[in-house]
Amino acid sequence: MTNENKNHDKFLHEENKIREVEAPDGSIIKVDPLNDYFLTDRPVVREPKNKVVEKFLNWARAESLWVLGFGTGCGSIEIPPLVTPRFDAYRFGVQMRPTPRQSNVFIISGYLAVKTLKRVIRTYEQMQGPKYVLALGSCTINGGMYWDSYNTINRLDHFIPVDVYVAGCMPRPEALLAGFAKLKERIKAGRAEGANEYAEKFDWYKANQKKIINDWNMPDYNW
Amino acid sequence: MDIATKLFYVFLGLFIVLNWGMLMSATMRKIGARIAGRYGIPFYQPWIDLVKLYSLRDSITHGVMFYLGPVFRLAGGLGMFLFMPMIFGSEYFSNFSFAGDLVLIMYFQFFGMLGMALGASEGAHPYSAIGISRGLSQFTTIEVPMTLAIISLAIQYHTLSISDIVAAQQGGIMNWTLFTNPFATIAAMLSLLGAFGHSPFNLVKAPNEIPIGPPTEYHSSFLGVLRTNAAILHVVEAVLFMNLFFGGATSWLELIIKSFLIYFWSVFVGVVFPRFRIEQSVQWFLKIPLLFGVIAIIIFM
Repeated sequence: MTNENKNHDKFLHEENKIREVEAPDGSIIKVDPLNDYFLTDRPVVREPKNKVVEKFLNWARAESLWVLGFGTGCGSIEIPPLVTPRFDAYRFGVQMRPTPRQSNVFIISGYLAVKTLKRVIRTYEQMQGPKYVLALGSCTINGGMYWDSYNTINRLDHFIPVDVYVAGCMPRPEALLAGFAKLKERIKAGRAEGANEYAEKFDWYKANQKKIINDWNMPDYNW
Repeated sequence: MDIATKLFYVFLGLFIVLNWGMLMSATMRKIGARIAGRYGIPFYQPWIDLVKLYSLRDSITHGVMFYLGPVFRLAGGLGMFLFMPMIFGSEYFSNFSFAGDLVLIMYFQFFGMLGMALGASEGAHPYSAIGISRGLSQFTTIEVPMTLAIISLAIQYHTLSISDIVAAQQGGIMNWTLFTNPFATIAAMLSLLGAFGHSPFNLVKAPNEIPIGPPTEYHSSFLGVLRTNAAILHVVEAVLFMNLFFGGATSWLELIIKSFLIYFWSVFVGVVFPRFRIEQSVQWFLKIPLLFGVIAIIIFM
């Protein structure tokens, strides 16, 4: 995979263009940010360990779900009540994390505008596997009330692998908690291998993503 | 005692301290949750989180210093533990304490932060840089009243050995530094609030303002090492204050009760008071705690 052709892209940000900078000792250094600052490797499939160990690790992963605090649509209003006394998701090992590096669960809360989709892809790729996606609301299943909108996507699982869908418009926090319970079952059964699926069908996902996002001014895979 | 037996007891002590640290942090989070009217996490949640962090399949790195950051941080926590006499009068749990261990422990307290600063800056995340600058400037001002209190203790007891300071406090509650040198105790207990990093002084890691600060880029086993260190460090810091001001401990049960209460002091203040901005916290440490520290020095001059 090369980023050579990207440098002529009219959407490329100023800071990502090839340029020459002067080093402190006076020498001129050519900087190509997309190749120098980002890895261009593809994601690789990480095989599970042997069965007994993996069963224990999957139990630990299921009981410690760290959710990324990133609300993509109107459904994100259902996430804050989870940490209030009424719903208290901490009881089930669900905790909020502020950075994608430390979180394992990505809640796509509601409709995804094309502009947001780009950020979602970047964020999803920055999370460390095994990672899980919980899609909230009808909009992520078939577009919901936005199904013929000019600016939102309809099916989320064409763009990133989804583990659990929570249907409704809007689903209440109880439904979200039920979704977490379902996700735990999936993880414990060893079926939540979204990160590996993404690595296996990487070309298909990228083709779908690029079909929607016209101003693709980032590396193909954001580590 | 030969070195093999010594090492066995050091590792046994480390095992107890690590597990007590995790249980203590879980208990404190449960207390915080009960105050908010929630049930909160199960008490075994920190262990599960640790297993999960160490078992993540991906862990990308940003370079050599990024690897070494958590290692330095852990070295700071372990260094404090190794030179800290845990149980007074016990040959087995005195670790490697020696005549000048107080100075070394003060050094190790700062060492971990500096290592973390180097590692986190290689992560190149802007929030890491902000967190580091806040953390280092706040910790520098915390050190001032804390060091004054410790110098006051050194003048009072004519020693820099923690074991000797504990020995001087034996024989009844009125012999504790808490009563023989109350100004130093106040200065140190106020600076302890900053050292534990709970609410009024938690701007370094403010999760909803600068996402988690220095460890923004840390994940999987890197974060696992940082969490392991946090569990050890919390207990060891509490034990340091217990040894210096509250008469030390003669059994593990006494250590657990006293370290719990010392840690609870910072949690108690944390759930009551809201977060300071960085310039507020820096100024706060340079006012009242510093004043008490100076008074403690003047009294024993």
